[in-house]
Amino acid sequence: MTEKNEKIKVDHLTKIFGSQINKAQELLSEGKSKAEILAQTGSNVGVDDANFTINDNEIFVIMGLSGSGKSTLLRMFNRLIEPTSGTIFVDGENIMQLDKKGLLELRRKKMSMVFQDFALLPNRTIIENAAFGLEVQGVAKTERDKKAHESLEMVGLKGYDNSYPNELSGGMQQRVGLARAITNDPDILLMDEAFSALDPLNRREMQNELLELQHKLHKTIIFISHDLNEALRIGDRILMMHDGDVVQIATPEDLLTHPKNDYVKKFIENVDRSKILTAGNIMVKPNTINIEKDGPKLALRRMNQDQISSIFVVDNDKHFLGLIDADDVSDLIKNNERDLHKILNTNVPTTSSDTAIAELFAQISKSPVPFAVIDDEKHLEGIILRSTLLEAISSNTSEGGNDNE
Amino acid sequence: MNNLFAILSGIPAIPLAKWINSFVAWLTGFAGFFNALTAGIGAILDAIQWVLDLFPAWLFIILILILTWFILRKTKHWGSMLFELLGLALIWNQGYWHDMTQTLTLVLATSLIIIVIGVPLGIWMAKSHTVNVIIRPILSFMQTMPAFVYLIPAVALFGIGMVPGVVASVIFSLPPIVSMTCLGIQQVPADLNEAAVSFGCTTWQKLFKVELPLAKATIISGINQGMMLALSMVVIASMIGTMGLGSLVYFAVGRNDAGAGFAAGIAIVILAIILDRLSEGLSGSNQNKKDN
Repeated sequence: MTEKNEKIKVDHLTKIFGSQINKAQELLSEGKSKAEILAQTGSNVGVDDANFTINDNEIFVIMGLSGSGKSTLLRMFNRLIEPTSGTIFVDGENIMQLDKKGLLELRRKKMSMVFQDFALLPNRTIIENAAFGLEVQGVAKTERDKKAHESLEMVGLKGYDNSYPNELSGGMQQRVGLARAITNDPDILLMDEAFSALDPLNRREMQNELLELQHKLHKTIIFISHDLNEALRIGDRILMMHDGDVVQIATPEDLLTHPKNDYVKKFIENVDRSKILTAGNIMVKPNTINIEKDGPKLALRRMNQDQISSIFVVDNDKHFLGLIDADDVSDLIKNNERDLHKILNTNVPTTSSDTAIAELFAQISKSPVPFAVIDDEKHLEGIILRSTLLEAISSNTSEGGNDNE
Repeated sequence: MNNLFAILSGIPAIPLAKWINSFVAWLTGFAGFFNALTAGIGAILDAIQWVLDLFPAWLFIILILILTWFILRKTKHWGSMLFELLGLALIWNQGYWHDMTQTLTLVLATSLIIIVIGVPLGIWMAKSHTVNVIIRPILSFMQTMPAFVYLIPAVALFGIGMVPGVVASVIFSLPPIVSMTCLGIQQVPADLNEAAVSFGCTTWQKLFKVELPLAKATIISGINQGMMLALSMVVIASMIGTMGLGSLVYFAVGRNDAGAGFAAGIAIVILAIILDRLSEGLSGSNQNKKDN
């Protein structure tokens, strides 16, 4: 990862629910399991010693099944839930030490939250809902309505200012929830399973919208999800939680290609990998010949060695030129010619390394030759064979990735 | 077994009544406090009575009709208005007008006091588990104790007349408004509470911007129930000199006059229906806005 500004730092954060917290903490430090602690003290370990940082302007997805502690973790950022121990730094400031006033400021100016079931006030109009955060801050009505109106427009809700929440569909209601959160212009958005209550089509649309919005607004977004496809789609980085523990923090690609343990492996088993993996992830190193140096005999020998029927052709600068076929090379040798340009097949499908492999399916099934993966300057980076593609989408995760970094 | 009964029957009667009497007697020691309370409640009653007496009957009926039209404008209200017109006209025709305004004064004063005491108490109960545990059995006790019983200490502490009637009514009709307020606040969805806090609401902002508006319909139902209970107290309260429609019924009982008793009783029913419609309408208008 490139160097990025650290926005939030979580340091040894632990939350224990129950009455015998001290004892539970002691047992936890002795390395007892959560089940043992629950049996002995009746206390539940929600989050166990979480340590991580969240960068400025990234979408950080906290991912886990229900009961994994992800909602608890999220609610400690704005102290809706008070941590048992540990600290959270936001912009270098220890928010555990904030007094009542400081905490209100933090919630009003720095962080806004979006809720799973929207949490709109049913007795208020859309614009009154969207302006709620500013109303709480004591901003004058005309000004807060103006800002609320702007953010409603930004989330694609124009003309509904005076409707009531129950007159809107779920997707639209969550747009209001999102508008309410951005009206305050906070640095950080806390999104608690924000799209989980929506139907799949709406969810997808909202995910796109969030990505678009993020493109414009550059917030730091902490997004809770139990849907791995969602996490992989929108997350810059993903934190996997299991049973209160942070299991792995990785980029979507890393998570798929290098799952840290069996739990993560099991989790990613059912992912639609074709939408996540890119051409760059699965491409293999091709056998090439340099058209400016190598002759047909060398080409034929290389093909024989590797038992392939065609070979990719580059120039001195490794620019991708095309493909030559073994039969054509044989003909060339028979005719005692040397110029490979004559038999060069330039009709080879190309793609860039960040294309999702789902997009390659239709073409690759039609194309008799492999795909060439090229960069912006037409350098050949790798090739994709039909077999590699099929292998990649099969659920055998540990083999799926190709180490080409 | 027989032995046990023998032992039990051997226990002398616990002087429960005596204890309570000495408690009431002890309370009468705070005459200053109770006199001040009497004066305060008396002032509220006088003020309400004065306002009600300000209008002649015909004008009062028109004002009630206008009020109804405003409160129930979202729903069908012509039936209610016709009923009010005929009902109030009947009361006027029967010569019960002044008695009706006295009863109305008692009910309105009681309602006012139970709102002022009951709503904050209900909020406090919703917020504090300890308060809830302490108050709830007291409320049950207040409501299940036969209403007659309250009259006795009320007379001892507040004398005869309207004021002890109001005090007994308040005790009897306070519980529903407290528990309904508590319920209304507790029913506010958890995520709305979280939303309020996450956007930086103070405790008071959360109460006034989120909890009370959402609990409004439930609280108004509580007020409505309290009002109906207060109305049910008017006949009982008439035994200690509270004047109004209740006293007409009470006197009719004494004279064995079924006709007069029913006539006054019907007037109470009419008043009850009107008050019920209007107070329900207050919560209903809110409901409509949401359900449009």
